[in-house]
Amino acid sequence: MNPDAPQSAAAVEDLVQLVAPDGSRTDGPRAAAYRDRVAHIGTDELRAMYRDMVLTRRFDDESTALQRQGELGLYPQGRGQEAAQVGSAYALRPQDFVFPSYREHGVMQVRGVDAVDRLRIYRGTEHGGWDPADHNVQLNTLVLGSQTLHATGYALGVQRDGLVGTGDPQRDTAVVTYFGDGASSQGDVNEALVFAAVNNAPVVFFCQNNQWAISEPTSRQTRWPLYRRGEGFGIPGVRVDGNDVLASYAVMTEALERAYAGDGPTFVEAYTYRMGAHTTSDDPTRYRELAEEEEWALRDPIDRLAALLHAEGRWDDVWAADVEAQADAMAERLRAEVRAIEDPSPASMFDHVYAAGHAQVTVERDWFERYESETAGTTTEAAR
Amino acid sequence: MSENLTFAKALNEGLRSSLEADDKVLIMGEDVGRLGGVFRITDGLQKDFGEHRVVDTPLAESGIVGTAIGLAMRGYRPVCEIQFDGFVFPAFDQITTQLARMRYRSAGRLEVPVVIRIPYGGGIGAIEHHSESPEALFAHTPGLRVVSPATPQDAYDMIRSSITSPDPVIFLEPKGRYWSKGAVDLGSPVATSGADGGTADPLGQARIARAGTDVTLVAYGPTVATALAAADALAAEGTSAEVVDLRSLSPMDVPAVVGSVRRTGRCVVVHEAPTFFGAGAELAARVTEECFYSLEAPVLRVGGFHTPYPVAKIEHDYLPSTDRVLDAVDRALAH
Repeated sequence: MNPDAPQSAAAVEDLVQLVAPDGSRTDGPRAAAYRDRVAHIGTDELRAMYRDMVLTRRFDDESTALQRQGELGLYPQGRGQEAAQVGSAYALRPQDFVFPSYREHGVMQVRGVDAVDRLRIYRGTEHGGWDPADHNVQLNTLVLGSQTLHATGYALGVQRDGLVGTGDPQRDTAVVTYFGDGASSQGDVNEALVFAAVNNAPVVFFCQNNQWAISEPTSRQTRWPLYRRGEGFGIPGVRVDGNDVLASYAVMTEALERAYAGDGPTFVEAYTYRMGAHTTSDDPTRYRELAEEEEWALRDPIDRLAALLHAEGRWDDVWAADVEAQADAMAERLRAEVRAIEDPSPASMFDHVYAAGHAQVTVERDWFERYESETAGTTTEAAR
Repeated sequence: MSENLTFAKALNEGLRSSLEADDKVLIMGEDVGRLGGVFRITDGLQKDFGEHRVVDTPLAESGIVGTAIGLAMRGYRPVCEIQFDGFVFPAFDQITTQLARMRYRSAGRLEVPVVIRIPYGGGIGAIEHHSESPEALFAHTPGLRVVSPATPQDAYDMIRSSITSPDPVIFLEPKGRYWSKGAVDLGSPVATSGADGGTADPLGQARIARAGTDVTLVAYGPTVATALAAADALAAEGTSAEVVDLRSLSPMDVPAVVGSVRRTGRCVVVHEAPTFFGAGAELAARVTEECFYSLEAPVLRVGGFHTPYPVAKIEHDYLPSTDRVLDAVDRALAH
């Protein structure tokens, strides 16, 4: 057996799972401890989660296609991680704040970040794409793990604002940071765990272990189950089946309650699988086996939720067709509006470097604008 | 009314004044609380403002700056202390890839007004990593302001301006000058920059520290005193040196230097950092571009060598001394 091969989810110890891959509800002591947390989740809520997962996947497929057609420079696929992201994001309150990495398309979907805005960064027209204040979602952070410190600092601000432990659901506020198994090795993540722990900060460390950091398996990052990473810092950890949307939701509610109450941070390891490539520039056939991908395909999170809906008589063909129609409409809008995003003006590169009036930027901008106007139509590029 | 204060005390008063003026201002760093910092710059502040405003952090510089960014996003104005210049590098990633470009990356939607205070420079007989001058690394990073006061009054004024700045500021404190004294007007108004769109940029203005006619000496932070001492010696020989205290490296007040060099025709730049790829190289290029027909001699640089900062017993052979400044001026005058 390849020692670097990921463990199969069935063999993973201490996994919180509420729904098995066949769509049946899971028994056992781990499930029993979390089952009550989803007791109020009825057909409407399950269907809403399903819808968001389907739209997230369609966004993924459409974005991949747009990249292949040359409309995007790059796209990092999230296929397979929809349940971990949608389930955890469903547990959030509006006032909570999210610090994502860059693969959290499902979180964006639930928080309402517009699909077109999410692609501006990959279109090459903006480094960000949306106003973080609109949905309490920070921009993507591409330097691995940096955002975990920002989240922790933000949580320290929430704490100073007196918005933990009030008991008022309208006021108590938590912060969630998403990162991956690869980022877990970064110094910043470990420093964030230290700062969060000693300050009892209201922050949840949501680590999606999707088994691969580009070509490196999780065994290159840790010899110890990741959910136990928090122990040495004094942070409780839990490992959840990240392909189970209900379990992801349940585990997140527990972590958030701890944060709201002022009882400090939690480390969640969502055990999942990156079914696609790292990005559209990556080729997973160079480093992983088809058999592994096929094994995980059997645990597809959307199929699992569909199976649950069917098994419990909550599925409805008319409703399901409408979800597909919504996905189609979203995809169509994405194709049209992404292509229509206008390029920024060249001189806009000087905008927002500083709040105002930095002499160096001013001098260089003036020179550039003068150069542009004086050489209009006369450059070598224009002559060709 | 002015008082005669040390540079260190002036900083302490500036921080106190900022904490009083805005309850969103926080001080965070290693040993800044009960101890008052290893240089005592934050002495007494935790006692007066509490543990939540003057915060002893874990010993992790990236963590200090990274959490300061998050606090700033939540509306706070953190003032981080890096204990020594050589310890800023664990935070270099957060400073350059995150802090410096949060405004840019967000198209102006996010503001992270973080001040990072760094005691820098040598001459104090310290062990390795305690005498560095890393200013060029920060000045080379768009999005940061980089300043360094040279007098107690500027220390007091510039720390308060930096804390009100909407942009992140690398605030370099010449640690060798901490115990030098000077008159400080504690009632001076806080000069705020930028936000109103006005052209005045109090953090970006150079100062003529001494007027002269024959040669311009450009310095900042710890070497302003060196340049002034050289100017005294030159005066005794009948040479009139003008000393320009840059105060800010980013932005750099090029017009002030250019104006001076056009009058004197000669320019010598003095800094402790290695001259190779240093601030003096930028300055020499700019002066050459803008004063070409006024120059009587090439722009010369006096600074550290392209070696790691040496051991304490020979550091004064590395640091720009009055004699080395005089040597450069002699060479400039001989052209």
